[in-house]
Amino acid sequence: MRVAGRSFRRVRAFLGKRALDSDLDVELATHLEMAIEDNLARGLSPAEARRVALISIGGLQQAREKHREARGIMMLDILGQDVRYTLRTLGRDRGFTAVAVLILALAIGANVAVFSVVNNILLRPLPFPNAHQLVWVAPPPSKCGLSCATYSTDAYDEFRVNTRTFQDVTGYFAFSSPDNLKLTRNGGAPIPATSIDVIQNFFQVLGVQPAMGRAFTADEGRHGAAPVVLLSDAWWRRQFNADPNIVGKTIDLNGHQTTVVGVLPRTFDFGAVFSPGAKVDAITPLDLYGPPRDWGNIITMIGRMKPGVTLGQAQGDAKAAERYMCWNNRYPNGCGKDYKDSVVPVPLKDYVSGRMRKSLVVLWSAVGAILLIACVNLSNLLLARASARSKEFAMRGALGATRVRIVGQLLTESLILSGAGAVVGLGLAFALVRWLAHQGSIALPLLGLLHVDSAALAWTVLVALSAGILFGLVPGLRIAGGNMQEALKESGQGVGHSRRHERLRSVLVVTEVALACMLLVGAGLLLRSFLKVLDVDLGFQPQRAAAVKVDYEDNPADGNGQDDASSRKILARRAAYFHTLIDRVNALPGVEAAGITDYLPLAGNRSWGLPFPKGVKRPENLHVAGPLVYVISPGYLRAMGTRLRGRDFTWNDRTDTQNVVVIDEAFAKFLAAYAQWPNNDPVGQVLDDGSKTGLLVAGVAQAMHAESVEGENGWQIYYPGTQNQATGSQLVIRTTLPPAQLATSVMSILREMNPKQSAVEFKPIQMLVDHSNSPRRFFMFLVAAFAALGLLLAALGIYGVISYSVTRQTCEIGIRMALGSSAGRVQREVLTGTLRLALYGIALGCVASMAAARLIASLLFDTSAWDFATYGIMAVLLVIVAVLSGYIPARRASRISPLVALRAN
Amino acid sequence: MGPSKLDLLQGTLDLMVLHTLTAMGAMHGYGIARRIEQVSGNQVLLNQGTIYASLVRLEQHGWIATNWGTSDNNRRAKFYSITAAGKRQLAKDAHHWQRLTDVMDRVMAMGKEGEEPA
Repeated sequence: MRVAGRSFRRVRAFLGKRALDSDLDVELATHLEMAIEDNLARGLSPAEARRVALISIGGLQQAREKHREARGIMMLDILGQDVRYTLRTLGRDRGFTAVAVLILALAIGANVAVFSVVNNILLRPLPFPNAHQLVWVAPPPSKCGLSCATYSTDAYDEFRVNTRTFQDVTGYFAFSSPDNLKLTRNGGAPIPATSIDVIQNFFQVLGVQPAMGRAFTADEGRHGAAPVVLLSDAWWRRQFNADPNIVGKTIDLNGHQTTVVGVLPRTFDFGAVFSPGAKVDAITPLDLYGPPRDWGNIITMIGRMKPGVTLGQAQGDAKAAERYMCWNNRYPNGCGKDYKDSVVPVPLKDYVSGRMRKSLVVLWSAVGAILLIACVNLSNLLLARASARSKEFAMRGALGATRVRIVGQLLTESLILSGAGAVVGLGLAFALVRWLAHQGSIALPLLGLLHVDSAALAWTVLVALSAGILFGLVPGLRIAGGNMQEALKESGQGVGHSRRHERLRSVLVVTEVALACMLLVGAGLLLRSFLKVLDVDLGFQPQRAAAVKVDYEDNPADGNGQDDASSRKILARRAAYFHTLIDRVNALPGVEAAGITDYLPLAGNRSWGLPFPKGVKRPENLHVAGPLVYVISPGYLRAMGTRLRGRDFTWNDRTDTQNVVVIDEAFAKFLAAYAQWPNNDPVGQVLDDGSKTGLLVAGVAQAMHAESVEGENGWQIYYPGTQNQATGSQLVIRTTLPPAQLATSVMSILREMNPKQSAVEFKPIQMLVDHSNSPRRFFMFLVAAFAALGLLLAALGIYGVISYSVTRQTCEIGIRMALGSSAGRVQREVLTGTLRLALYGIALGCVASMAAARLIASLLFDTSAWDFATYGIMAVLLVIVAVLSGYIPARRASRISPLVALRAN
Repeated sequence: MGPSKLDLLQGTLDLMVLHTLTAMGAMHGYGIARRIEQVSGNQVLLNQGTIYASLVRLEQHGWIATNWGTSDNNRRAKFYSITAAGKRQLAKDAHHWQRLTDVMDRVMAMGKEGEEPA
């Protein structure tokens, strides 16, 4: 308290300096007069009286200084002086200030932006209350896609009932496809939208409160309940003009009058958390005990652990619940076996952003390197400035300034520069982060929630301070460490002192080149990986192919498709409809091929079990995931550009003919290992799927990258849509023209055949590939941009040092040229010096890159972290840049006129 | 010339000022300085100017209060007086000082015994 009180008075004293000073002056004047009076009274002469009085006071100025020291904060006074002086000197040297602030702004801006991304994805908890309690429950990763990462509704029920460590468990339907909703307003054309079905307690478990209205109730999850919907904030704003009275209104969704029960908060974005890069407009309750009971593995599970429960306890609990879980309670012989070893809770945060960790660490390191390069560059610039100012410092030293004071002055300068850089950099970061947050097509989790928050601001301050100290300290110590009086004696372009500076500056440049080299190698490796990824044979040809979602509704008179007769009617009607549709599309000029599928590659999938060669005994302990299932029409494989051996489906494959399938090469190879097929060729062979007639293999298709461009991919099996019920229809068209040119004519065919067809977009197949590659593209682009920045800064650094050394040696070069050295020789020598620096830096950088290879290795695709070509190319690139930046000063050196150079000194 | 004057120990000036103010009531800076010189029998080497640093320090601690007034011969002067907190502080410091001098006395006395022949 007392200390605080005194500090407060001191600060007040600092602020009210002038008043206190004048008070003291009055006091001292009075004091002096009184002393003189007393001395006069003692009989001294007036002059002597004054002299003695002054002596006994001991100097008025000293008294003032002591007073100031005692009452206030000297540091603040000094700081004020330093700041004013710095602003004056920087204001005089505008060019230097602009370059320094720009370099710092770029480096700090990049750091803050990347920190925001890292903070958003990795550091901050998920945007839910007590997010650490949330777990994602899933089997370990396997090859059969989403069907092996999800659970049946019966399994979900058993899990929920038979675990003790969870407050509650929820989930959502994992197989929703984009544009699965049709909103009809005022009788206009249906508007496509995307919804996700969630278990009714979804929002209670996540702890999300709707911004308006309420979440779902238990009743709304019952079979046959009146349809309700929750709108996303974005959709509510876009589609409903942010109607404040929307809650309670009904809207026409897929032909059902649906009541809007609420609007979700802006901070909740389903896509951002669970399905990066996807836009989800609405949330609807899942009909948990209705038909979905028989759809097999369809839901993902998310649990909220009870407070105090550890992940280990939850995992043990989940394991114990496995024996109660059945794929379908009507087939109890699977109970306890269907989900053996496949119920593993992991923190939801790990599921959402775990995959990003390594990429983000690399990205963070890259901006860290940029910051270091910027600091080294600034150190260099300041060092050059400091040596130019060494006389000024020597003068100040001679006048009594302490070393601390001079280092303090230099530090003030660097901190002011870094502060200015931070302010501009923060602006850059804001812009960059804003731009990133609106890149909806990049499949990065939580991207839409990206913003510069208080943590990022704190980070900015930290980065700016440490940068300022880092680049200010080296020249500061160097100046203060040298013998300052020497500087006064040096004449003109000095020798000894400056030579030491130059060595230090060379070390700094080598460091800079080494860092830039590391960045370039990293970027090069990522670029090479990216090119390799683009080069992957996907098993289909995305170029010149596009997909459009076709709306089709079965005739209610045909029944629900559960029994055989109804199923036949439905399939026959579909066959006739799509046959006509495809024929009409095929007739359009420019169309090479057209076909229908229910799922597109790289966009959702499922699996129906594992058909096996007929007549071959299935091994007892065969734990192999079934192939991914696609229900397609004739022409689809051709439209995708997939090679096919054997025959494609035809419209004559009907329910009353032999059931046929097409399998992919990888699945064919797997099956051939068990079967005794001539030439190991499955075409014409029959697979056993439990039915009487089995499945005749009509053809073998090229293996597709069905799940990811880079990762492991499940096998594929194709069923004809004329014999099996598809769960949607995507029309794929291969054209000779740009697909967009056909959009209108295709859409008009769809409209003619079905007036209820919604106005959906033409999606180039390339877009699916790009979406899948978007995180890699994103990281590669950023790292490459940082590497380019690093290269630029390194070039600046090299230029600065060489240019400075040429200026310093003007006289020497002049003499040598006067003695007959040729311009070419001078130029060559300067370039040699440049190259030496660059080569040291490159060697150091390459060694460091190799050492750091482990960091980046896991991000590479089909590229070694020690890829010789990349290292070579980057080294050559650096050499070229170094020579270019050394060339300008070299040229200047070669043009030095001996007469001018000698006269100048 | 007589023996050289004593340099003031760190912190002793503050104590002297507080004590002077207790004994004499409100005084101005010159008065305090003169009083200390007189009491010490001109033994102390006091740069009178330094008294003002001591005064501002004591004021910031809240141990003395100030107000502007008029001196005997009609000059505007700042008068200092001790506060209640200042009195408490003085009692504490005086006690401390007393202990210190006692200890010093004893240590010095021991030195004299040591000089006696064994």
